[in-house]
Amino acid sequence: MKHVLGAVCGASCLLLAVPAMAETTLTIATVNNGDMIRMQGLTGEFTKKNPDITVKWVTLEENVLRQRVTTDIATKGGQFDVLTIGTYEVPIWAKKGWLVPLANLGADYDVADLLPKIKDAVSADGKLYAAPFYGESSMVMYRTDLFEKAGLKMPEKPSWDFVIDAAKKLTDKSGGTYGICLRGKAGWGENMAFLSAMANSYGARWFDEKWQPQFNTPEWKTTLTTYVNLMKEAGPPGASSNGFNENLALFNAGKCAMWIDATVAASFVTNPKDSKVADKVGFALAPNTGLGKNANWLWAWNLAIPAGSKKTEAAEKFIAWATSKDYTKLVASKEGWANVPPGTRTSLYQNPDYLKVAPFAKLTLASIDAADPNKPTVKPVPYVGVQYAAIPEFQGIGTQVGQQFSAALAGSATVDAALSAAQSATEREMKRAGYIK
Amino acid sequence: MARMATTRRVAISTAVAWLFGLLIFFPILWMGLASFKTELEAFAVPPSFLFFHWTTENYATVQERSDYLHHAMNSIIIAGGSTLIALLIAIPAAWSMAFSPTKRTKDILLWMLSTKMMPPVGVLVPIYLIYKSFGLLDSRIGLVFILCLGNLPIVIWMLFTYFKEIPRDILEAARMDGATIGRELVYVLTPMAIPGLASTLLLNLILAWNEAFWTLNLSTSNAAPLTTFIASYSSPEGLFWAKLSAASTLAIAPILVLGWFSQKQLVRGLTFGAVK
Repeated sequence: MKHVLGAVCGASCLLLAVPAMAETTLTIATVNNGDMIRMQGLTGEFTKKNPDITVKWVTLEENVLRQRVTTDIATKGGQFDVLTIGTYEVPIWAKKGWLVPLANLGADYDVADLLPKIKDAVSADGKLYAAPFYGESSMVMYRTDLFEKAGLKMPEKPSWDFVIDAAKKLTDKSGGTYGICLRGKAGWGENMAFLSAMANSYGARWFDEKWQPQFNTPEWKTTLTTYVNLMKEAGPPGASSNGFNENLALFNAGKCAMWIDATVAASFVTNPKDSKVADKVGFALAPNTGLGKNANWLWAWNLAIPAGSKKTEAAEKFIAWATSKDYTKLVASKEGWANVPPGTRTSLYQNPDYLKVAPFAKLTLASIDAADPNKPTVKPVPYVGVQYAAIPEFQGIGTQVGQQFSAALAGSATVDAALSAAQSATEREMKRAGYIK
Repeated sequence: MARMATTRRVAISTAVAWLFGLLIFFPILWMGLASFKTELEAFAVPPSFLFFHWTTENYATVQERSDYLHHAMNSIIIAGGSTLIALLIAIPAAWSMAFSPTKRTKDILLWMLSTKMMPPVGVLVPIYLIYKSFGLLDSRIGLVFILCLGNLPIVIWMLFTYFKEIPRDILEAARMDGATIGRELVYVLTPMAIPGLASTLLLNLILAWNEAFWTLNLSTSNAAPLTTFIASYSSPEGLFWAKLSAASTLAIAPILVLGWFSQKQLVRGLTFGAVK
């Protein structure tokens, strides 16, 4: 019996000792976007260079990931070592002390090469709290063949008047072609991303300097009226349930003459494998009304380390690898320059190989440069963020307002009713959160 | 004449039954079909039903990108484990309430059911903190435990109603013959309640297999079952319907096969207690 006990004890000690000697395992939470999936596929290259580190991936849908990660980070659960988070979360979480500042990315990381607007979006108090993995803005994608046929020429910086006029001219409802496809599905990251950016170009803002909601201003009324009327006349049926993916499918099937959406869509619509119109797509900056702001947003998916992680050193090593210039080169060598993660580094936009295969590169860069999270609209604002206000309450408020605006598009509410409901809902939430009395 | 009318009635009722059957099965059929389409075809408007370019590319991608077997094994352990433990607790509980009811039995049953009335998200943070303290996050035991607790009220209720249908006289006869409570439970009650037990087991297994809230929130990679495997194929930017359909088809395949082979017990169990 003694021997048996001894053997069991010995075996248990061995089992306990093995993990202590073994390598560090990083758990990385991410979303199922093409660039992230590519990164998962290339993990072997990282572990080859760092044999003492193994990597486990947790891929989740964006909203599920947000909820999952928020629960873990708020309870300091320590389940994740690297998180994929958006520019919306970075300043809020940094302020709460939920993220570890990235101070040891290595000598050859070249922080100065990061696009200034993107770098600003992931920094707080001069410290980098996340490293941008890919960045995006929004722009107009249009069908060159339809424009040519109608005798129209898309300017590089179109005005809303031109876009509206062209959309109406290009609509052929009986033929199943619609002048313009825009987001209509309710959600702070869906229709409100587009509408907030559009409102900026019309001079509207979410809040005034004293955090008073602004949906009762003429600027918002013009924005929403223009949007609803345009979509009624030149948009596809059922637009109030269309988000990014639905519009992408419509555009790729040749049903939209114009589509204003994320710059990352450019690589999807020009890919002949997925798109019927791959060789007939042109690009232009998001429209403006001459007030100095274009209707484009700024977003980046970033890698960050939660404060609960006990493997910060290995995590930072991984982040430095995945967001480095060398990683871009690695993707290019394996999958071609067209597939490298865009929108984070200046050097990429100076690379002739990339510029050759990415006809949309110049406009992506120009769109990112045109967006300013610190000064998103014409009038001053108390918040940071172009298509969102980086405050914790925004997700809830944005989705509530998005539902009102989606109802206005569907025709179940008037523009005035939707704006007034948005105003009272936002006022209520802001009062509850203590921003206003 | 009467024979003709009967034949016609049978034909009509068969057609109606098939129609409803197909209607209920249609989402699953559509998912199966979408899994063989390309992403562009899966999203196409108007959608194509059968005449599209059939491809198994999505299944290959899903196999290449995720470890299906690891997730499936976790699902089997978590769903199977939680169901078995729930049954072990529920059989004596339902037995005592069905055959030795007290003044408070009804209240207890209602109280048990009331625990299902609160949305699980309401207790997410406390449970998460408890699990963190006990080191149960991302563990199979943790998930077995929470799913077992979550389904226990339903299991007890189902078994209670089945047991209630069993005539007490038979049990009394067994007791007269000198059977102990344990023997009575194992040799008399259980065999008589087999259809009820089988359908409870199957239903509970399906509920545990499909449970997505707790499994998504309390697991990361080690204990992640098929629900997280499906969730990893939804994407905010990029077409994903075909791949998601392939992942979902793979995820429901085992339970579909199990359901197919045990449909006799399931139907018998679900109609148990009806007018015979």
